[in-house]
Amino acid sequence: MNNPYLPIPMKLIKNFRETDDKLVNSFTLEFINEEDKKNFTYTPGQFAELSVFGKGESPFGIASSPTEPGILKFSVAKVGKVTTSLHLTEEGTTLGVRGPLGNSFPIEKLKGKNIVLISGGFAFTTLRSLATYILNENNRGDFGNLTIIYGARTPGLLLYKEELAEWDKRSDIDLHKTIDKPAEGWDGKVGFVPQVTEEVAPSPENTYAIVCGPPIMIKFTMPALEKLGFKSDQIIMSLENRMKCGIGMCGRCNVGSKYVCKDGPVFTRAQLLEMPNEY
Amino acid sequence: MILTKKDVPNFLDSLKNNYQVFAPVKQDHYTEFKEIENGADAVLDYSNTKTPPKKILFPQSEKLYCYKVEENGVQMEEKADEQQKVIFGIRPCDAKSFTILDKVFDNNKYQDPYYLNRRKNTILVGIGCNAPESTCFCTSLGGGPFDTTGLDLLLVDIGDCYLVEVISEKGKNMLTSCKEAGEEDKKKASQVKENATLTTSINIEGIKEKLDNNFYNEIWDYISEKCIGCGSCTFSCPTCHCFDIVDETADSGGCRIRNWDSCMFPLFTLHGSGHNPRPSNKERFRNRIMHKFNYFVETNDITACVGCGRCIKNCPVNMDIREILEEIQGLEARSVS
Repeated sequence: MNNPYLPIPMKLIKNFRETDDKLVNSFTLEFINEEDKKNFTYTPGQFAELSVFGKGESPFGIASSPTEPGILKFSVAKVGKVTTSLHLTEEGTTLGVRGPLGNSFPIEKLKGKNIVLISGGFAFTTLRSLATYILNENNRGDFGNLTIIYGARTPGLLLYKEELAEWDKRSDIDLHKTIDKPAEGWDGKVGFVPQVTEEVAPSPENTYAIVCGPPIMIKFTMPALEKLGFKSDQIIMSLENRMKCGIGMCGRCNVGSKYVCKDGPVFTRAQLLEMPNEY
Repeated sequence: MILTKKDVPNFLDSLKNNYQVFAPVKQDHYTEFKEIENGADAVLDYSNTKTPPKKILFPQSEKLYCYKVEENGVQMEEKADEQQKVIFGIRPCDAKSFTILDKVFDNNKYQDPYYLNRRKNTILVGIGCNAPESTCFCTSLGGGPFDTTGLDLLLVDIGDCYLVEVISEKGKNMLTSCKEAGEEDKKKASQVKENATLTTSINIEGIKEKLDNNFYNEIWDYISEKCIGCGSCTFSCPTCHCFDIVDETADSGGCRIRNWDSCMFPLFTLHGSGHNPRPSNKERFRNRIMHKFNYFVETNDITACVGCGRCIKNCPVNMDIREILEEIQGLEARSVS
């Protein structure tokens, strides 16, 4: 029997500080075994359990894209024991990875559609995976317009700054970066994500909106999207709940009868409206 | 088949040649399932054990694997338990609970090798309940004092001996030296079964739908007021399966260990951000009831309660799940929405 609790070993090749509050780092991991590299096939939106041996394991959305072979990338906020020791881990250290876990963004359904990615703060990780996937030259033709609305409190709190600058130069993305208050040297928008969403006003026609962010951003972005005419099955979200096993057994991440780890983390707003408000 | 009571110790001793044998063993003022050293240690005239035998297949604390971190990789050693086991003298409610746990550890996507291996290698020899306790309500959940769900053999106490009902092939193969039951024995057994009556019965029909419609009902505000969130109910429940996974280390090595956890504890669902989707006893208590009588039914088509009554007996503030269920059953008339 395949043991779903056993992690595969991966080498940390880059531990990179993302935000100037020093709380979010990105970690690039390289497969150690060829076989693991071949077998670890994932889709944007999935997550994995990252092990710091001796400290424990925690679940994180995969921020890399399947179009970036040989590595996995995670962006992790420092909040507890595992994440703190992860931040302190030196490059070259062996870490463990268990996954991929959970469902994913519905790639097949998204094909042929315009895509609007809306995100705030460090929730951008799996959306970075999806954007990178869509922007890959082999995939770009499968999708319509790509609009990204991404906000943070300050410019220094945006993730993937270099990549955002690259994307800004491309003609096949409509990228809107926004911050809460004006800042020196800032070339993007100023204002909260829901308000910028209304300003940008993406058309709901043949479109899916994928929204990942803190609860308060979600709360105010939903009415904005509804006002623009998005139906609840055109809005896709990714939930987070505390998890341990990642395989639907340890009992803590359920929302109603659904386990976020096994049945999610990706749900449409239509599905979420059917579930109890316990997330 | 017939197994005389005085032959039980020898029977168990002979089983020990091929199996790890677990049976109810007398502790101070209660009984617990333990691996027995002598067949004579087993007590079969017990009411029910304080904690369920689920710990034999799903230990309260178990090593999943141990590891040693090295220069370029990590050595991992899986902790597999391949020993053949017999749980002797298990009550029908507890045997049924394993058929419920099976659905947890073998879900539509993943299999838990630790539980499933032990389960596969374990024979369940049940003992019927001639005198159910006042806290028992198995019949309300489709079970019964002589229900055979999940069992390989069922013993019926008919005085000096047990009438053994063979349920499975695995069970049959254990009974090589038993004599056939006579007509008289069979008559006694059916008499015993008839006399075993439960004092409480609750109607759980339609409770799933009631719970569907009343998630936001004010009943949850007061129904859980008395609860102190100690988790006794979950730790003594034969179908509760929540767990945590932690690392324990020494030098460059360590082990990943799984421990029982409880949905009644605030830390169980606390996010790293400080947000807690089930912040008070109200939400946690509601989740426990919903999980057993609604969510689990939704996912697995079976209620995750066998009516063993342990949560009633072990609750320090005398909460009674039967009263809660009755309260919910009465909701239709009371419901405001």
